[in-house]
Amino acid sequence: MSKTILTVDDSRTMRNMLRLALAPSFEVVQAVDGEHGLEVLEDCAPDAIITDINMPRLDGFGFIEAVRRDEARRTIPILVLTTESDAEKKHRARAAGATGWIVKPFDSVKLVEAVRRVTD
Amino acid sequence: MDEMEAIRATFFAECEDLLGDLEAGLLALKAGAVDEDTVNAVFRAVHSVKGGAGAFSLEALVGFSHAFETSLDELRKGRLSPGAEVVAVLLRASDVLADLVSAARDDRALPQEFGAEVVHELEGLLTVQDSVAPSPAFTAPPAEAPAPGAPSFAFTPVNIAFEAEAPPCAWIVCFRPLDGMYAAANDEMLLLRELERLGAAEVTADVSGLPDLSELEPERPRLAWRVRLTGDDLSEARIREVFEFVGDDCDVTVAQEAAPETVPEPLADAGPDDAVAEVLARIAAETAPPEQAGPPAAPEEPAATAPAPAAALAAQGGERRDVQATIRVDLDRVDRLINLVGELVINQAMLGQRVVEAGLAKSSTVAVGLDDLEQLTREIQDSVMAIRAQPVKSVFQRMPRLVREVAAATRKQVRLVTEGEGTEVDKTVIERLSDPITHMIRNAIDHGLESPADRVAAGKPAEGVVRLSAMHRSGRIVIEVADDGRGINRDRVRDIAVERGIVDRDATLTDEEVDNLIFAPGFSTAPAVSDISGRGVGMDVVKRSIQALGGRISISSRPGEGSTFTLSLPLTLAVLDGMVVTIGDHTLVIPISVIVETLRPRAADVRPFGSSRVLTVRGAAIPFVDVATAFNWRRASTEAAAGVTLLVESEVGGLIALGVDAIQGQRQVVIKSLEQNFRQVDGIAAATILGDGRVALILDVDGIVAARRRGQPAVAPEPFLQAS
Repeated sequence: MSKTILTVDDSRTMRNMLRLALAPSFEVVQAVDGEHGLEVLEDCAPDAIITDINMPRLDGFGFIEAVRRDEARRTIPILVLTTESDAEKKHRARAAGATGWIVKPFDSVKLVEAVRRVTD
Repeated sequence: MDEMEAIRATFFAECEDLLGDLEAGLLALKAGAVDEDTVNAVFRAVHSVKGGAGAFSLEALVGFSHAFETSLDELRKGRLSPGAEVVAVLLRASDVLADLVSAARDDRALPQEFGAEVVHELEGLLTVQDSVAPSPAFTAPPAEAPAPGAPSFAFTPVNIAFEAEAPPCAWIVCFRPLDGMYAAANDEMLLLRELERLGAAEVTADVSGLPDLSELEPERPRLAWRVRLTGDDLSEARIREVFEFVGDDCDVTVAQEAAPETVPEPLADAGPDDAVAEVLARIAAETAPPEQAGPPAAPEEPAATAPAPAAALAAQGGERRDVQATIRVDLDRVDRLINLVGELVINQAMLGQRVVEAGLAKSSTVAVGLDDLEQLTREIQDSVMAIRAQPVKSVFQRMPRLVREVAAATRKQVRLVTEGEGTEVDKTVIERLSDPITHMIRNAIDHGLESPADRVAAGKPAEGVVRLSAMHRSGRIVIEVADDGRGINRDRVRDIAVERGIVDRDATLTDEEVDNLIFAPGFSTAPAVSDISGRGVGMDVVKRSIQALGGRISISSRPGEGSTFTLSLPLTLAVLDGMVVTIGDHTLVIPISVIVETLRPRAADVRPFGSSRVLTVRGAAIPFVDVATAFNWRRASTEAAAGVTLLVESEVGGLIALGVDAIQGQRQVVIKSLEQNFRQVDGIAAATILGDGRVALILDVDGIVAARRRGQPAVAPEPFLQAS
């Protein structure tokens, strides 16, 4: 059975790009921001989460923290997807509980590889 | 690439929206809005344009939006204030951005220096120079451009020069995970597997950091690892890349082995599974107590003999990420096991009794052995029960949807907060939790929470909160459904209860008693049976189904602040802690959970009251029930003073006093269903088999109270007493 990946990004373009890259290998579930991501998590248990940082309502940091607060979701790998490759953002994401990161623009093969790396 | 084209179209459509947001935001700033949301929205708009542009390699767009975004980030961080001058530059930048977007969409080439002036203006806004490297106008920032050949999600790696020419040599990778690693959902297996992909790995675990089992904290990594990697295509950079995600949470050293020519031959073709198997074998060898580690004469043996099972494990481990191994077992098998353990418990109790009857001393070896057996039996029983235990999460996770539906139907704003989803309880209990919880949540939203307008008028947030929590408390599972609504309208509840003949008009009731009237049969505060809250079923039905499971439900409420339903259930429906009592020739078991106290009343304390009797305890009058007459085992009531009285808590009638002849003792009994083996009997919850092989009946206190209220004796359960 293919693994389920939840992607959280407020940009339609990014969501579509992610889906295009991931869909051949994974089941893809999408959310449009952190709040929505948390709602989606109520109904689905993904094998990994890819989340943007800059989002309205609830940003990536807040989203990761909220996911990690839930006992049952502490072991879901979370990859941060961001154009911001600076160390401070990575550090904050890590502190919030992110497993790893992917810097945009991403290459689909590398993206799938990165997801496999934390899920297989 | 059709799909790519479609996404490209989406991107430009999205850009239209983003540019609209950007302009609206900047105009709001111009008009004096300085709130964080506006600034964030403006930043996000440019940021999203940049992100999409990067995906389509629209270099000019990426370069400009990067410069734009950098200034906006300063604004966002409060290092730049949105004065008229600043906003004017930003508005000009948004125009340039719009032009760049439309040029990119139409594949139109723009002059090289297009927008350069605005970029200068943007850079001029940056007061804190050191925070931003002045970016060349139209080139993508180097850190974000994927270097050819390098993975686009990598740190810029430090390359060691001679990797290409170097002959295949071994690398020694040592790593020690630190405390934070598991919190980010990383673990050693992921790292070890990645390393194995690079080449042949010889893995050694350093278990010296392992504390005693009692001090072992599952959240804290305690192992250190040494991996000897051999392969053609190794470099420090490639190895370091494996640790990219765990950089801060792991001490890593990567070094080339000093003497490459000492590479042992077999390693070259050691597959990943073998390597993992070897680690497991070594761990097994190092952690096993010495006497089990194999013949002392052969210290290398454990590693050599263990691989067979370890390899099997490793083969599984290679496929699955789960470090915590699980197996699926048919429920029937587990149930059979539970039944057998139940029989074992009974058998052990019978044996114990025989030993006592045989007159063997407590200190005799047989008696001592039996004590051990009893201990073991109890442990087996607990372990078997634990197999069936499951977290309540499976029920809890169905609730968010229910909340959304009920909130929509009632036009209320509701947020559901759940706590303690990991609380474990027997599977059969879980299955029966769903309905009552559903009902309580419906009730909380429909009756408990006010409409958004009413809430605002009462000075509360428009959104109501329903809190669903589970916890273990004194050997039971307690589920609470709390709302922050208006609380119970006690006057109204009381009026309705009086109107429906549930209580007398002049009855003195505590607030708590009034609240709990909503569980009384035939009580419903909704003027018409609401489809949401009741589905035609009253709270009394919920209460009865919970009592049937040996559970209790109650409500507490504070006017204006909300109500809390509290539901408590036994953790299992298979065993019960009971008080064994005798009445004449009969033996009965009364669940410990309902017993409040036992006492020997004086004759004067028990007085007739109408057709029944009451017992006065510390000034309070409590209905007295002689169990023997209630079951028609005796015609005439005995004097209460002749026997023992148990004060028990009944769900339907508060405290009642049960008169029995004598108490034998406290015992854990295995519940045997009467319905399955015979039929349902009023006043009797179930049966059990005692140590002497006799069947004893488990008293259903509420059944007794109900029978007493109807003025009839419960059915005499005589036939069972002949069973063996």
